Amino acid sequence: MSELSELYQQVILDHNKKPRNFQKLEGANRTSEGFNPLCGDQLTVYMLMDEGVVRDLSFVGTGCAISKAAASMMTQAVKGKTREEAQVLFHEFHRMVTGELDEEAEENHLGRLKIFAGVRDYPARVKCASLAWHTMHAALEGAETATTENLGPGEVNP
Amino acid sequence: MAAAEDTIRAGAEAKAWDVERVREDFPVLSQTVNGKPLVYLDNAASAQVPRIVIERGAKYLREEHSNIHRGVHYLSQKATSAYEGAREKVKRFINAREARECIFVRGVTEGINLVMHGYGRKFVREGDEIVVSEMEHHSNLVPWQMLCEEKGARLRVIPMNDEGELVLDEFDGLLNERTKLVCVGHVSNSLGTVNPVKEIVARAHKQGVPVLVDGAQGAPHLKVDVQDLDCDFYAISGHKMFAPTGSGVLYGKAEWLEKMNPFIGGGSMIRTVTFERSTYAAIPDKFEAGTPAIASAIGLGAAIDYLNGIDREAAHAHERELLAYATERLTSIEGVRIIGTAREKASVLGFVIGDVHPHDVGTILDQEGIAIRAGHHCAQPVMQHFGVPATARASFAFYNTKEEVDRLVAAVQKVIEVFA
Repeated sequence: MSELSELYQQVILDHNKKPRNFQKLEGANRTSEGFNPLCGDQLTVYMLMDEGVVRDLSFVGTGCAISKAAASMMTQAVKGKTREEAQVLFHEFHRMVTGELDEEAEENHLGRLKIFAGVRDYPARVKCASLAWHTMHAALEGAETATTENLGPGEVNP
Repeated sequence: MAAAEDTIRAGAEAKAWDVERVREDFPVLSQTVNGKPLVYLDNAASAQVPRIVIERGAKYLREEHSNIHRGVHYLSQKATSAYEGAREKVKRFINAREARECIFVRGVTEGINLVMHGYGRKFVREGDEIVVSEMEHHSNLVPWQMLCEEKGARLRVIPMNDEGELVLDEFDGLLNERTKLVCVGHVSNSLGTVNPVKEIVARAHKQGVPVLVDGAQGAPHLKVDVQDLDCDFYAISGHKMFAPTGSGVLYGKAEWLEKMNPFIGGGSMIRTVTFERSTYAAIPDKFEAGTPAIASAIGLGAAIDYLNGIDREAAHAHERELLAYATERLTSIEGVRIIGTAREKASVLGFVIGDVHPHDVGTILDQEGIAIRAGHHCAQPVMQHFGVPATARASFAFYNTKEEVDRLVAAVQKVIEVFA
């Protein structure tokens, strides 16, 4: 059960039950839809971008505990960051859950987001953790949609 | 063929189903997953393969491999007769009139697409109608949508009730002179419902409409007799009935297959070829262009031998017992909701646990060594009907045990603890 408790940690279960910033954001100037066509998860990220800073961020959508908690914690982590800082977090998070970044050995800005490191042992669930991040990234870039469809072959269909 | 004799012996003894003896025929079942004995309850996605099928495929590759229908040499004749022998076995298994009515395809999806291209593109015109049911797998829905879009035809849907049973009273009203084909699953892959296909065929034929039956989940759980059903097409996936992937069959009445357009063009499906025009081979060759999955087809023949060697009545009774036991035990857990409660069900059990997402259920069960399917099961309209994004699905084969159901139940309770 040690592996299981690593994935479903209390923090993740808590964010699943009470997702933060879980509402439509009035006054958002960027909106992006994220969709995982393989499992049907979908979410919308609302962003208020002002002078290169993410002033406010929220999401709504449906998905599993991993995807909901990842979205909730993503909004907390990215809110208040500059575009460049958000980009850095996006890449670090993605590298961590795909096993390319050793969050303990390599310098990074992930902080509390490290609890998602366990996802890399569940290839079928990597997309769940990264969907919100791809969607946020699309909003950052001004795109309206994001999909996990074009991820690598290692990131298996659940 | 010692294994085959063993199997037959097991069948003879199997008045009371000897599940432990049968499990020995399936090497994959004896492994551990995440430190626990594997509990394989994902049979509706793909069933496991018995030893005699593995050995038959290996023997073919070791001793008989060559291309079929071409060479005059020894190996080609060996391979051809094994391949055509498998077709004969399929014919007897589903009680087709003739072996040439059994087309080897990759699986049900390819079989249905063959009918869509061969029958649909030839006979369906603007304003015509195709009837499907609300519980179809995407493989028996999307090809017909594609056809309707291309032809300007209309898709009509037989509705289902909240038990997951088709509302047959509404079916007759959907049939009219524009109806060109009825496409319905024998057994729902997401709900387990056994549909009254014989009745559906009879009603459709009264209006002169042919019927295609998706038999992906029918062939593993029911005795299939295509003459008794009187369906015009019946599609089977070998890998769901203990054969290798890449083996499948489209049965079609010869009178239809002969009238239909070919599907895939190329070698083997022609009679003569010039630059001006080509003429096509007779059935079944007309629909089998290119080198087929020879080893898989021979494996399907061996799987049919295996099924003939066991007491299938007892096997199916055992599956029904597992379904009833699992349904009763899961229903008694607070927060578990069974999706699909038809009176007639095969051993496919869809469920949800409170508002826990089925993917989380699947991951936690996997940690317990239990393989189930979590998702929309390629039946998104079914999920929409029941108002859920996805379900967890346990599907039982005759090699599963009551102890495995107990492990499933214990793991479901663990899910509830984690998400309490």
